[in-house]
Amino acid sequence: MKTLFAIAALFGLLCVAVSAQPRDAAQTTLIKNATVLTVSHGTLTNTDVLLRNGKIAAVGPNLNAPTGARVIDGTGKFVLPGIIDAHSHTMMDGSVNECTKSVTSMARTQDILNPTAIGIYRELAGGTTAALLLHGSCNSIGGLSTTVKLKWGHPAADFPVPGAPPGIKFALGENPKRTNFNIPGLTPRYPATRMGVEETIRDAFTRARDYKRDWDDYRAAVARGDKNVMPPRRDLELEPLVEILEGKRFVHSHCYRADEILMLIGIADEFGFKVRTFQHVLEGYKVASEIARHGAMASAFADFWGYKMEAYDAIPYDVAILTRHGVVSSVNSDSDERARRLNIEAAKMIRYGGLTEAEALKLVTLNPAMQLGIDNRVGTIDVGKDADVVVWSAHPLSVYAHVEQTFVDGELLFDRQADIARRAQLDAERKTLEAAEPNKPPAQGGGPPRTPAEIRRAYVHADDIQDREDQPR
Amino acid sequence: MKKTYGTASRSERDQGTTPILRRAFIPLTTVRGSVTAGLFASVMILISLSCTLVAFAQDTDRIDPQLANTPLPTYVIRNARIVTVSGAEIENGTVVISDGKIAAVGANVSGPAGAKEIDGKGLTVYPGMIDLGTNMGLVEIPTGVPGSEDSQELGDMNPNIAAVWSVNAHSAHIAVTRVGGVTNALSLPSGGIISGQGAFLNLFGSSPREMALVPEAVLMVEFPRIGGGGFGFGQPNITTEATTQRDRRIEELRKIFRDAEAYGRAQDSYRNDPKSVLRPVTDPKLAALVPYARGERPVIFRAEREREIRAAVRFAEELKLKPIIIGASEGWKVAAFLKEKNVPVILDGTLNLPLREDDAYDSLYENASKLQAAGVRFCISTGDSGAHVRDLPFNAGMAAAFGLPKGEALKSVTLYPAQILGVADRLGSIEPGKLANIVITDGDILEARTNVRYLFIGGRQLPLVSRHTMLNDEFKDRK
Repeated sequence: MKTLFAIAALFGLLCVAVSAQPRDAAQTTLIKNATVLTVSHGTLTNTDVLLRNGKIAAVGPNLNAPTGARVIDGTGKFVLPGIIDAHSHTMMDGSVNECTKSVTSMARTQDILNPTAIGIYRELAGGTTAALLLHGSCNSIGGLSTTVKLKWGHPAADFPVPGAPPGIKFALGENPKRTNFNIPGLTPRYPATRMGVEETIRDAFTRARDYKRDWDDYRAAVARGDKNVMPPRRDLELEPLVEILEGKRFVHSHCYRADEILMLIGIADEFGFKVRTFQHVLEGYKVASEIARHGAMASAFADFWGYKMEAYDAIPYDVAILTRHGVVSSVNSDSDERARRLNIEAAKMIRYGGLTEAEALKLVTLNPAMQLGIDNRVGTIDVGKDADVVVWSAHPLSVYAHVEQTFVDGELLFDRQADIARRAQLDAERKTLEAAEPNKPPAQGGGPPRTPAEIRRAYVHADDIQDREDQPR
Repeated sequence: MKKTYGTASRSERDQGTTPILRRAFIPLTTVRGSVTAGLFASVMILISLSCTLVAFAQDTDRIDPQLANTPLPTYVIRNARIVTVSGAEIENGTVVISDGKIAAVGANVSGPAGAKEIDGKGLTVYPGMIDLGTNMGLVEIPTGVPGSEDSQELGDMNPNIAAVWSVNAHSAHIAVTRVGGVTNALSLPSGGIISGQGAFLNLFGSSPREMALVPEAVLMVEFPRIGGGGFGFGQPNITTEATTQRDRRIEELRKIFRDAEAYGRAQDSYRNDPKSVLRPVTDPKLAALVPYARGERPVIFRAEREREIRAAVRFAEELKLKPIIIGASEGWKVAAFLKEKNVPVILDGTLNLPLREDDAYDSLYENASKLQAAGVRFCISTGDSGAHVRDLPFNAGMAAAFGLPKGEALKSVTLYPAQILGVADRLGSIEPGKLANIVITDGDILEARTNVRYLFIGGRQLPLVSRHTMLNDEFKDRK
């Protein structure tokens, strides 16, 4: 009983440390006299930003603080829209991969959201406020994605962005063909080649097209007043593919090599759908014109390369070349680690390929918002948009910058000074718990040693090469 | 009275000539051996490794022979801002590079006639950056391409494997790294308990020997810890068993260092009095360990948590080793201890996620500034195997965003790593007499947006070309 209590208390401490933010009472905030990087209409110096009722209510000089508003002195500080991560697996509880077959369009990421995952808080502390949560890449056609805001302290149901267009993960190349997963005893899974990946996707869309025809015929018959018809059997695997054919669901496809990018464009053209984003798209620079002509967007790593064979021709100039060819591009994390510093990943694109400062900022704000189809509400500092706003200590494209405050829907969800102020209390609480009788090590009179339980860890690896969560070193 | 033990067999002789490739551990107490094989092996170790014992002193002074043997132009960089790192910044000054070295630095220096002139207007001159925590050249593609991996040998105790034999001088990582302004890297073997010896490299050269400034610079040790620091799969999951296993591994490590120390004394006795002292059997593993066991060369211990760091430092103190801690994720918790023991630290986890879920979100970002404030000697590393060592300046930049003074952040990737490795007489700052490993940028070298404009390694200007710039050139204008 005592032991249980102590374990519960320790767990409670963790919760206090990481999740029990005081709910933000003041819903109105005025940031005074900051440099505002609007993304949509340039840089405004000595400017105020008013956040009210979850929206950006006003942007301009010398705004008056409404009664009861929280006022933040933005002198010397920079305001940027919240960073949007167009490729994330954060807060996804357990494995991100349903790997047992190569078409898993029936699997839904929205079913595994863990609102207490510590990655959320760390990412807010890095200025990231929204993310596209994607299924893993072990399938040619993977599970359904979820577009979320990082609403730390809220229940999981509050995270998905209302009205965000639905999406799905595709994957090409080494991961769906299971190149690096030859585990003894594990049954090999089709496909094992890039040819097989093409065939798998073509087969699925062929089935989906027939399935759609069945439903179209059925609905036409019902519309004609035909009473003697049976509805087709619902197919949860094919329904999302029909939505793709109807232009109602975005395809976000993991890809590396130029040939496989062209392959998917070929299938999409043939079946009459558009690829919304090519993800990773590390050899996108080799076929930038074809990507632009297809009308797809691109979301890449800034400079991550060489970690496997298909990443060996990756270059950090990829994003700049795609941008110069007219492809709307973003820089993403695919990692709870990198998601904390996407501002620096964007800044690298000035070094590699000579993007302008404005173009670099778009890579992590407006462009990913467009890719996710939520640019009507986030991605820029404009009146009427959601109050997803970050206050930086210096220009966010500088390595010397850190985040001071992060707001999501006008709610202060990260505050560096408050975080620092809480540390002494948390340390004291931890020490008290560690000294508690049931938590003493055996050598100091504690009980028999317990088998260490499994620890849930953040998703740090990229591209789920190893398809597992982070291991301690 | 000297004894002999017969004639060396063919296989023994072969083993003696290729100690670095040999895998079998020959215990010190073996009585079967031979004078011939033993002497031959000793000589060959000295020659072929050209670093153990006697030869070590010369090696630390060796400059890339290709560079030394080819005429190098004299360069004069004018009108540049010069960040010397070791001294005051020069707002508008001149740097003269001659014979591979920095010949002169100052505001009022006139270059020699006939030198190649570089106009540094609007540019800044920095010393090249140094990363002490890489596997540079040992791993090309870490997943799915085993043929390109050479960093991790089998077995627990491999003091006599050395990176300098296997660094691929033609790895794409090398040019990719140097064009970003990182001119030097310590390439370390990994895995096991004693992983092997690291090579300190110039990131330029057509062979590992050409690249190596210090061919066998350090011994890499994965200090045994619960759940790691040894070869094999399947760690016990019961705390007591894991503790026992860790303690046993530390004991094995202690024993091999003591054996090496004894081996060194035995060899010395024999060398001083070969007529009356029994010639000890040659043992390449122990021979390789001797300079480290004697504290003549540094031993890098991987230790992350507070308890591991304390244990590793005490272990080194007990055995009178010359320790460097790499990792030190919880270094901030033992800063006073590290300061007291004067043990330097290589921080290679600045951008890692915090160790514990309830650690402060910035605990690793802040680690450097806390160590610096406590007076601990430290440097910052990427800890990357090779492809991303070019991100070194951004690691230091992140530390600066969280409390480390900017000047200290710059030192943490230039002068401090040079000092920690004992090569600050040749690298780490812009000072006359030092090797001309110099980077000229169009901005703050730690900023992600800054571009490198000129690059010198060993006084040779290198083109800013890499696999990445070549692919960029090939495809950027494709319609």
